[in-house]
Amino acid sequence: MKRISKLPFKGTAKQEQELKSWLAENGKKPGAAMPALQKAQEIYGYLPIEVQRMVAEGVGKPLEEIYGISTFYAQFSLTPKGRYKISVCLGTACYVKGSGKILEKLENKLGIKNGECTQDGEFSLDATRCIGACGLAPVFTVNDDVYGRIKDDGSELDDILARYRG
Amino acid sequence: MFRSHIMVCGGTGCTSSNSEKIIEAFNRELAENGLNEEVKVIKTGCFGLCALGPIVVVYPEATFYSMVKPEDVKEIVEEHLLKGRVVKRLLYDETSQNDTVTSLNDTEFYKHQMRIALKNCGRIDPNNIDEYIGYNGYEALGKVLTEMTPEQVIQIVLDSGLRGRGGGGFPTGRKWSLAAMNDADQKYVCCNADEGDPGAFMDRSILEGDPHSVIEAMAIAGYAIGATKGYVYIRAEYPIAVQRLQKAIDDAREYELLGKNIFDSGFDFDIDIKLGAGAFVCGEETALMNSIEGNRGEPRPRPPFPAQKGLFGKPTILNNVETYANIPQIILKGPKWFSSIGTEKSKGTKVFALGGKIKHTGLVEIPMGTTLRTVIEDIGGGIPNGKQFKAAQTGGPSGGCIPASLIDTPIDYDNLIAIGSMMGSGGLIIMDEDTCMVDIAKFFLEFTVEESCGKCTPCRVGTKRLLELLNKITSGNGTIEDLEKIEILSKFIKENSQCGLGQTAPNPVLSTLRYFRNEYVAHIVDKKCPAGVCKNLLQYRIVEDKCRGCTLCKRLCPASAISGEVRNPHFIDTSKCVKCGACFAGCKFGAIVKE
Repeated sequence: MKRISKLPFKGTAKQEQELKSWLAENGKKPGAAMPALQKAQEIYGYLPIEVQRMVAEGVGKPLEEIYGISTFYAQFSLTPKGRYKISVCLGTACYVKGSGKILEKLENKLGIKNGECTQDGEFSLDATRCIGACGLAPVFTVNDDVYGRIKDDGSELDDILARYRG
Repeated sequence: MFRSHIMVCGGTGCTSSNSEKIIEAFNRELAENGLNEEVKVIKTGCFGLCALGPIVVVYPEATFYSMVKPEDVKEIVEEHLLKGRVVKRLLYDETSQNDTVTSLNDTEFYKHQMRIALKNCGRIDPNNIDEYIGYNGYEALGKVLTEMTPEQVIQIVLDSGLRGRGGGGFPTGRKWSLAAMNDADQKYVCCNADEGDPGAFMDRSILEGDPHSVIEAMAIAGYAIGATKGYVYIRAEYPIAVQRLQKAIDDAREYELLGKNIFDSGFDFDIDIKLGAGAFVCGEETALMNSIEGNRGEPRPRPPFPAQKGLFGKPTILNNVETYANIPQIILKGPKWFSSIGTEKSKGTKVFALGGKIKHTGLVEIPMGTTLRTVIEDIGGGIPNGKQFKAAQTGGPSGGCIPASLIDTPIDYDNLIAIGSMMGSGGLIIMDEDTCMVDIAKFFLEFTVEESCGKCTPCRVGTKRLLELLNKITSGNGTIEDLEKIEILSKFIKENSQCGLGQTAPNPVLSTLRYFRNEYVAHIVDKKCPAGVCKNLLQYRIVEDKCRGCTLCKRLCPASAISGEVRNPHFIDTSKCVKCGACFAGCKFGAIVKE
């Protein structure tokens, strides 16, 4: 199941113009729906319903068909991903060491739920299966950086997040 | 004219380990030493021996340097290219035994191989159309357009005995003749480059290393069936392949090898790229066509077959990348040459992506009929760490496992099907004694469950129920009756699913059950996983006499399940143990056992 974004749509006029001019040129070619969604995701980073609606109009297909295509392929995301992608390991070893609590604390600190992205587009948060670093449990990653043996009281989280802010 | 050529591998594997930086370093060092007029650096496609990448080969001597780092470049330039002294420490060890440098083609890895589809990979610069032409490129297309009728072309492909390399093994010539028979105002030639099997990467390597061979073959196919338009459906996850293929198409258009009136023959043909978006089922031909049309990639019922009503409702042929890569050479060297290679019903060669527990992981092309033993022991260099070979998996999520007892089976389409596996697109995963066969079956089934498109019930629901049965067994709750249920359900899924994905999904389960039934029984009756993989059936124990009481395991344990005092034997509380294996991996005295 794909999660649907609750964030307000913040597309710019420039983005809209870029997509619409692409659609005007290519939208009526046979088989345009998929390349159109690929283009739209390239412009906006994800496919909120507003963007799907523009694509539907541009290629002359009903919205539900466009939605059907967006949810079929793994490449398409209906939620934005942050500039910094946080993944908290919920594998067994991490979980007993309190990674569930760490996920909860990160949710509170960032003001988003698991699977969502912050308003400013900086951070997105996901729970993952075991990443095989059980010796370092509990573990989470921020993009390619690995943070291990994190205290489950959350006392280190502010410092870590600050490294990526601003 | 250059006195030396330096070939640097630009395949995806070597690129991830910095081959771009190596090329930059060569260009810089050559310029500093004033050699840039004498020595040319070429970025090639995959050499195949990915385990030893990044790879650099210096011609004309064909000196094979492996695991080269950017820092090594200065030494190669100053020693080898300036002074003519080979840098021995970087040589692939098999080429530098007894102080003599042997030719690359005489090494165990290469001497059993026969490169047809991979002919140009590692030999030419894939971004330079002139190099492809220099190796007889587009000569086959010229010959076909100026000297042959479409019927003659199809006859040659039929006579060669070439069968589809994407998995099913349908005779390519027959596919072409079916599409040629149907009259239509428009027909299409499609290329399946949506390589989705976990562990297979030969199509990517061909497109990265020799994209023009596929373009040339598609044009030949277009002429044979009467099509003027081609599509390559390729995964968006293969950026290097997409970019090189696009460049190759652009160059071919500029040389008028694609477009209108090719070779003044009156034949028009052009190719477009369509990007896939991550759906395994799109490797199925009708699903792929739905996806090119921009829709959900769900399969269509057959008949009508694509040769009658395919893409946009028009007669269409779809072949896989590797199949196309064979075509130009079949035209040039003749069907007799091709059909002299291989076995009675499987002609030519097959490329395999060799992976798993094997020394030389990489890409190998072998004549059909080569035994698995040759591939594993000679070409692959055997199993690392002194372990025993247990089974080989072919055909990915649609295939099955070949047990050690059948290691002398000659590999071809029919033999693999007879022993319960299939050729598939050519992933060949080697497994040793540490691999649990129930777990492997589960791994592939999880993949199928995730990738089932959901259109038909036997596949959507059936595979899920099958996975639940396997989970029940690996968690220690299975019963002997479950094995019978697995067999009945598998048969039902195979017989009733709409497309190849569901029809083959139970194969990994059935073949492991056929050859490794005792492992399933061990999980069910003894509640043990003989390979020590299935966590729920596993227990860690400290052997008292070996434990020195160093406390390391106690400190490593994430679940505080280990107790004991310094210099006294420790103890694992199995009720608290989460079986992460941190203690097992950390113990310096081998005092912890998995059982």
